[in-house]
This record gives sequence, structure tokens and C-alpha cells, in this order.
Amino acid sequence: MSHNIDLVSPCSFTFAQDEPFQLESGATLGPVTLAYETYGRLNADRSNAILILHALSGSAHAAGRHAPDDPHPGWWDDCIGPGKAFDTDRYYVICSNVLGSCYGSSGPASIDPAGGAPYGLSFPVVTVGDMVRAQTHLLDHLGIERLLCAAGGSMGGMQVLEWAAHHPHRLRAAIPLATTARHSPMLIAFSEVGRQAIYADPAWNNGEYYANGKRPDAGLAVARMVGHITYLSDASMQQKFGRRLQTREQYGYEFQTEFAVESYLKYNGNAFTRRFDANSYLYVTKAMDYFDLSQPTGSLAAAFVEAAAVKFLVVSFTSDWLYPSYHSKELVRALHAVGADVTYLDIESTWGHDAFLLEVDTMTRLLAGFLDRLSEEEQIAMP
Amino acid sequence: MSPLRPDLHAIAGLVPQGATALDLGCGDGALLDYLRREKSVRGRGIELSEAGVLACVRRGLSVRQGSLQEGLADYPDGSFDCVILAQTLQYLDDPTWVLGEMLRVGRRAIVSFPNWGYWRCRLELLARGRIPAAPDLPQPWHDIPRWQALTAADFADFCRRQGMAVGQAIYLAGARRVGVWPNLRAKTAVFALQR
Repeated sequence: MSHNIDLVSPCSFTFAQDEPFQLESGATLGPVTLAYETYGRLNADRSNAILILHALSGSAHAAGRHAPDDPHPGWWDDCIGPGKAFDTDRYYVICSNVLGSCYGSSGPASIDPAGGAPYGLSFPVVTVGDMVRAQTHLLDHLGIERLLCAAGGSMGGMQVLEWAAHHPHRLRAAIPLATTARHSPMLIAFSEVGRQAIYADPAWNNGEYYANGKRPDAGLAVARMVGHITYLSDASMQQKFGRRLQTREQYGYEFQTEFAVESYLKYNGNAFTRRFDANSYLYVTKAMDYFDLSQPTGSLAAAFVEAAAVKFLVVSFTSDWLYPSYHSKELVRALHAVGADVTYLDIESTWGHDAFLLEVDTMTRLLAGFLDRLSEEEQIAMP
Repeated sequence: MSPLRPDLHAIAGLVPQGATALDLGCGDGALLDYLRREKSVRGRGIELSEAGVLACVRRGLSVRQGSLQEGLADYPDGSFDCVILAQTLQYLDDPTWVLGEMLRVGRRAIVSFPNWGYWRCRLELLARGRIPAAPDLPQPWHDIPRWQALTAADFADFCRRQGMAVGQAIYLAGARRVGVWPNLRAKTAVFALQR
């Protein structure tokens, strides 16, 4: 039987105080702080660690609650906990907030020690590669030489692939879900619409709004609304909203929020502005847009030559039009070309991109089966 | 554990100890599981159904979901010692292409299929004027995916025309092996092919 994790406390780790952290762009950053949480216990030979990587708007709070009266548990609580897919009775699960985000890790809203004020746009542009290299410092700090696996969906999946391609000796297995090894032009296009919505908000003020009373909430809300549309599917929107009117019986013939789908987008757009920073949205979407593991050679297989010993579980979802299955199939082909051990499933689902968080039963069977086998083959001891 | 289907048992006998194998249409992974356990075979599967893939993962096997067209094209030349096609040949859209691919991806192809040359099938058509269901496959023609009826002799002709060398041929009636008049007396045939 599975049950939930009790209370968890957020942790924080700071490095690059003396020697600044070198970024892919050539810029440097220091000091660098990463917020993280851990669940479960590390075993004696430190071999049972699983790194969970979050998506665009996620945080280090992947499971459990911070306070007994927290209305919501962590973002992947369905799959992390005692007896769940990532079984915290057996594995030591770590999740850290990405560089550039706004949930405790260094980002544009953090205070620049040089000026004593938030960085704003003076924060250097970061990449998925930078996010992952920062995580390697966290693992060093936690004394973990090699992960049992890294797992995540969407941008979390990109980090998983970055781990496998560029730090293959530090993980035994990789679980990229609903993701891509190279961000497509369509994905860049949606990122850019979100960013343009933020730029167009006068309150954005070139990223310098932290000292002002007004934040670019209108722009960020529109960005989030566009995002939400891309996470759903035609079928899931039909199912969830249909043409239902939210509060009325009849059309009002005016420009108020009428349809249930409008109301949903408006609510989520606004709610997002209370929990996310507009500048972080710019930085994190930009990092995704730069993500392309086929560079510099042009061959995806070349990126994974060193990762032939990593075991992969690749999952896509049939109704995910944001990261369509062909991205995962292309990845699987590249992995097979280098002789890696790959399991691939295109899960039948109507939930669109969100499916990786919603198809809990299928995901649990898949993840638990894969991790059982991994633990057996790698002889992972209980904590 | 349920015993292995007779044709799978015969196939397993043709896979060398410690070999690498790819099972096309591996279903719930029963054969790959057996090969791993009994012969230390490092196996992979290609399977179309989600239920099949989930069952394979449960058994701790590596499977790629997809069609044989997609799945086979993933693999470089000579990736496996053996490529297996068990009781699937009769459902393929393009058997010539698949068999060619099997011998590109693997050094050896092992194929099992129902033999419509079996005497009861012949009698069914001759005496009753009815299309016989495949021997050892219980469903009638309208309840299964479209199939091609072929006999062991047809397949041997095909291999000759394609320049595929038949290394070994095993003929089965249930679990029993058939030696004399195999095309008349066997319900299932198992062929091991080489380029």
C-alpha cells in the first residue's frame, strides 16, 4: 500500500562563492544557490539516489507538505512517497529548483551581491546545460557520486537527457518523459509568444519592476494562458469544458468571461502571477529554446555515444501535440544507434502534454517495473 | 510459471547460450524472459500493444513500443545474433521487407508460423469447401487480423527465391516433432535463416 510523505522542509545549498560558476554563454555567476528537497534515506553505499527534475514552472517541492494545513502537496506527490512509483522506503529522492527559476534558486529575482538589489535582466542567460552542471555541484555536496536515475517530464526531461549526454558516468538510468532532445521551432514560437506578452506589459519595465509597486502580472498571465492551452489537447478541452458557460444560462453578447474554458485560463493565468516571477519566465523559456543536444555535430546519436551504458525509459503520450511522439521516437532511434538499453512506450492518453502528471496508474506501473529491474540488476541495497 | 508454447520452446533451442536477441512482436515477453533465465540471452523486444509493453516492463525486459517497420529501422546492421518472429509472419503487411530487415539487423532470423499445408487444413478446403482456421490458432478468419495463409513448402520456396539460407527447419504437431512428410503433418514450422 502506498501512503503520503509527512512534512518536508526546504533546503538550500550555495556554491561558487570564491570561484564564480562558468556558464555556457561565457558569462559567470557567483555565488549560486540551489533550493532542494529530499525524501527517503540514502543507503550505506550511496547508490539509491534518484534525481527528479522539474518542468518550466516547477519547484524543488516535488512531494509531501511544508505544513500540516498546506492545501496542496508537492507537484509529483502522486508518484513520490512510500510504496509509490518512486518508493521513498527504497530510494533517496532529490529534487532541486533550476537555476534561473524563482523558488529559492538563483535567478533574476535574487539579490545581486554586487549591487544589493535584484539582478533583473543583469542576471546572465542560463541554459539547460548550466542548470544540470549546477545540479552536479549539489550532488557533490550531498556526497552522491552516481545517481540510480534521473527522471522528469517536459523541461525536466530535457535535463534528464542533458545528464545522460554530458554526465553519463554519474547516472545508471535516465527517464525522460514527454520531452525532446531538441526544442522545435513550434516550441520556440510558443515560448516567444509568452515572452512577447511579458515585454508588452508596461509594468515589465525592461525587467526592472522589483522596486516598483506594480509587477507585469497582465503579461505573465497571458503567457501562462498560452502555456496552459499547449498543455491540454482538443479532446481534453472538449471533455473538461465543452462549450459550457461558466456562470450564465445564455450568451451575454458582450466581452465578459463567459465560456468555462475562458474562465479556466483566466483563473490559472492570474493564479500563476501570484507564484511566479515574470523575468524567471523569460529566462527559463529561453533556456529551453536553446536546448539542442544534436549540436555541435548535427547528429543526435553523437550526443549519446558516451551514454551507451545508461538504461533508458522513454515515454511519450499520444495526444501530446506540444512534444509529439516523433520527438521521443527520434531520441529512441539515436539511443538504439549507440547500442543503449532502451524501453519506449507511447502511452495512449487524451490529456495532452499534461498526461505525464495525470496518467498516474500507467506511469506507476511503468516506473515501478523499470526501477525494480534496475535495483535488481545494479544490486541496490535498501537504506 | 506456465510452460512455454511449443514453437517458442523450439525457437529457444535455436538461440545460442549468451546470445543477443531481438523478438519482433514479443507480446508479454514470455520468450525473452525464458531466454534470459535459461540461456543468459540479452534480449530486446518490439511490441505494438501498450498492455504487452507494460507486461514486459513488469518482467524487467527492455521493449520498444511500435510497429515492426518503425522498430526495425531503429537498429544498425548486425545489432543482434538472432532476430525472432514468432507466429507473426502470417499477419505482416510486407513479409519480404520484414524478413530482409531481420537478416540486416541480425546475423540469424528465426521464424515460426502456422502451416496451412497441414492435412486437416487441406481436407477442410477440399471436402467442406471452407477456409481453414490456422492450425494451432483457434480463431476463425473473421475474428483475427487479416492473415496470409502459407504452407511450410511455400516458405521454403520463398527463402530459396530470396537467397536466404535455411540453416535449420523444425516441424511441430503440438509439442511433438514431425520428421516424415512435414508439410502434410506439421501444424507449425520453425525456420532458422541466414543470409
